[in-house]
Amino acid sequence: MNDIGLFHFLFVSCALFFIGVYGFLTRRNLITMLMSVELILNSVNINLIAFNKFLFPDKLDGLFFTLFIITIAAAEAAVAIAIIINLYRNYKTIDVEETDTMKY
Amino acid sequence: MLSTSLIILIPLLPIISFLLISLVGRKNFPSFCGVLGTLSILGSFILSAIVAYDYFFLVGKVGDTYQQLVPLKINWLQFSPNVSIDLGILLDPISVMMLVVVTLVSLMVHFYSLGYMKGEERYATFYSYLGLFTFSMLGLVLSSNIFQIYMFWELVGVSSYLLIGYYFDKPSAVSAAKKAFIVTRFADLGFLIGILILSFYSGTLDFQTMIQRLTTQTDQLHNIVAASFMGVSALTWGLVLVFIGGAGKSAMFPLHIWLPDAMEGPTPVSALIHAATMVVAGVFLVARLFPVFSGCPAALDIVMWVGVSSSLIAAIIACTQTDIKRVLAYSTMSQIGYMMFSLGTARYGGENGLGYMASMFHLFTHAMFKALLFLGAGSVIHYVHSNEMKDMGGLRKLMPVTHLTFLVACLAIAGIPPFAGFFSKEEILQSAFHANKLIFGLAILTAAITAFYMFRLYFNIFWNKPLPHKEAAHDAHAAHDSHAAHHGEGPATMLIPLVILGLLSVVAGFIPFNKLVTSDGKALVTEFHLTFSIAPVLLATLGIVIAWAFYKKESAMPQKMADGMSALYKGSYNKFYIDEIYLFVTKKILFPLVGRPAAWFDRNVVDGFMNMLATITGHISAMIKGLQSGKVQQYAAYFFAGAFGFVLIFIYWWV
Repeated sequence: MNDIGLFHFLFVSCALFFIGVYGFLTRRNLITMLMSVELILNSVNINLIAFNKFLFPDKLDGLFFTLFIITIAAAEAAVAIAIIINLYRNYKTIDVEETDTMKY
Repeated sequence: MLSTSLIILIPLLPIISFLLISLVGRKNFPSFCGVLGTLSILGSFILSAIVAYDYFFLVGKVGDTYQQLVPLKINWLQFSPNVSIDLGILLDPISVMMLVVVTLVSLMVHFYSLGYMKGEERYATFYSYLGLFTFSMLGLVLSSNIFQIYMFWELVGVSSYLLIGYYFDKPSAVSAAKKAFIVTRFADLGFLIGILILSFYSGTLDFQTMIQRLTTQTDQLHNIVAASFMGVSALTWGLVLVFIGGAGKSAMFPLHIWLPDAMEGPTPVSALIHAATMVVAGVFLVARLFPVFSGCPAALDIVMWVGVSSSLIAAIIACTQTDIKRVLAYSTMSQIGYMMFSLGTARYGGENGLGYMASMFHLFTHAMFKALLFLGAGSVIHYVHSNEMKDMGGLRKLMPVTHLTFLVACLAIAGIPPFAGFFSKEEILQSAFHANKLIFGLAILTAAITAFYMFRLYFNIFWNKPLPHKEAAHDAHAAHDSHAAHHGEGPATMLIPLVILGLLSVVAGFIPFNKLVTSDGKALVTEFHLTFSIAPVLLATLGIVIAWAFYKKESAMPQKMADGMSALYKGSYNKFYIDEIYLFVTKKILFPLVGRPAAWFDRNVVDGFMNMLATITGHISAMIKGLQSGKVQQYAAYFFAGAFGFVLIFIYWWV
């Protein structure tokens, strides 16, 4: 086998992204959906690091972006969990199929 | 001297009283509102008297001519360098005279209403409306341009509507108010078009400039005479349309149908609006534009014929009406017809302006004695609680003051010397005599009929039955008003205006109008022919004598007369079926042929189109509303599908 190259990273990233999307669209539990979102974010992180390393090894932009995304992901998780708690208080469930009052 | 702020205060005082009463007074001090309104009008009247004195005797006259003064002019709306709407004050003999008339009659009516309207539930509202009306009327007479006069004209119409409909729980009052508003509004359409024609050709809205441009040989005059529509020059069209507006307000035939119905309003209102002030607005308008009218004999002929026919028709109708206020309403219409045809017989300047002067003179004297007649009738109604003649009779001992003042007013309107009406009528008849013998004949016939029906009214109220009301009055009034049972007069607030107006009706004829109010501002030499006045006075006396013979005591003579001329009597009693003709034209012709198709078109085509749009939108949204399911994951799926679609498009198709 050859060395691990850019293509491998991108493949992992892509797989991770679609796993995340699949999870986001199919899981009914909000916590699991939140985890899927994290997967999507991490796939992006891998993407950024890989491009940074293979295309512009003398620059650090990709790394910084990744750091920012990790920070924001933490904040986002806090907000999302707050929303989930509120949802639970109102509906006694965190199943998104049940919480569909905001419709026509 | 004439200070501007003094003049502005004249119309401002009533509007301040209107605002104060309707915003604050109605809730907080309702019983004081009458005094407040009266005081404000008293202020206006004093200021008007000062202005009139200053104008006529101190500053108005330059050389031997009364000037037009413009003490105030505010540029209100500037459309282009040449076209603007101004607000201003124009003082000339007629507007100053009208100031005095309006404030004087309004003051009398305000004062009278303190007694007459006492205890009414909407007493304060009544005074606020009176304030609004007085403001509008004063604004109308002071207007310096034709658009301003139109605005106040409509304001006057609105306040008249409010006051006619004052007893709004009475269906007849409501429909009378609507009728008055719609008929005058309809006429005002003509006025508006007339304004547009005149101002389009003269290029200005300002009265002075317009009159100057349309009377001297200018391009504007040339254009307006040259332009013609249906064979009649634009000048004639404009003036006739303006006159239609005036005829609507002044209740000229055939637009008079609203005036008798307007008597549904409280009697002081009838005295103020429908006798002395608002209904003469049409005369005032023609007088205001008189120099222009004078240059267009065709328009003046129309004014003359409409005036004289209204005058005669109204006089004949008045002979058979039994509602005393309606008799007075028709007599008002008849007298305004007098003023109109008097204007129609006159021409601008010098000797020819006799009719103009006579018309203004008659306007002045008529305001005095007609207000007096209405207020007197109000006193009678206040006592009898009925408008019908058959409920009255023999009241002369019960109401001595009313009786005497009413008699004075009747003599004045009949034209018996030396009362006010004699002098003004004399001038009108002279003017008519010089202009057109047929008009003169009709006028003198009307004068005789006027004397007859006024004294029919007088005898029916105050004589006829031998004091039958003493007993009835005891019964009717003992319960709630023992005071009125002793004598029929109202409180002093109702008597004082009667006495003042009675005195004025005696002396107003001696005011030298020929020196003060003339068409060109110069003093007019009028000759007084004793021989000329013999015929009218004799005819008037004849009318009075006939009325005396018929109605002094209850007799069968009137009934015999009525049977003898049954066709005429019936026609007159039913007001010559003019209301019925209007009803026929509207209900049988206009509604089914124009109204219904228009309504059908509106319902089915205009509304139908809109309904179709709404229905289509509704259907589409019903079809696609399932997309908004409320399920978050579906939304996310749309989102991803969209993003994916864009990616495909950008990669494979866009490039």
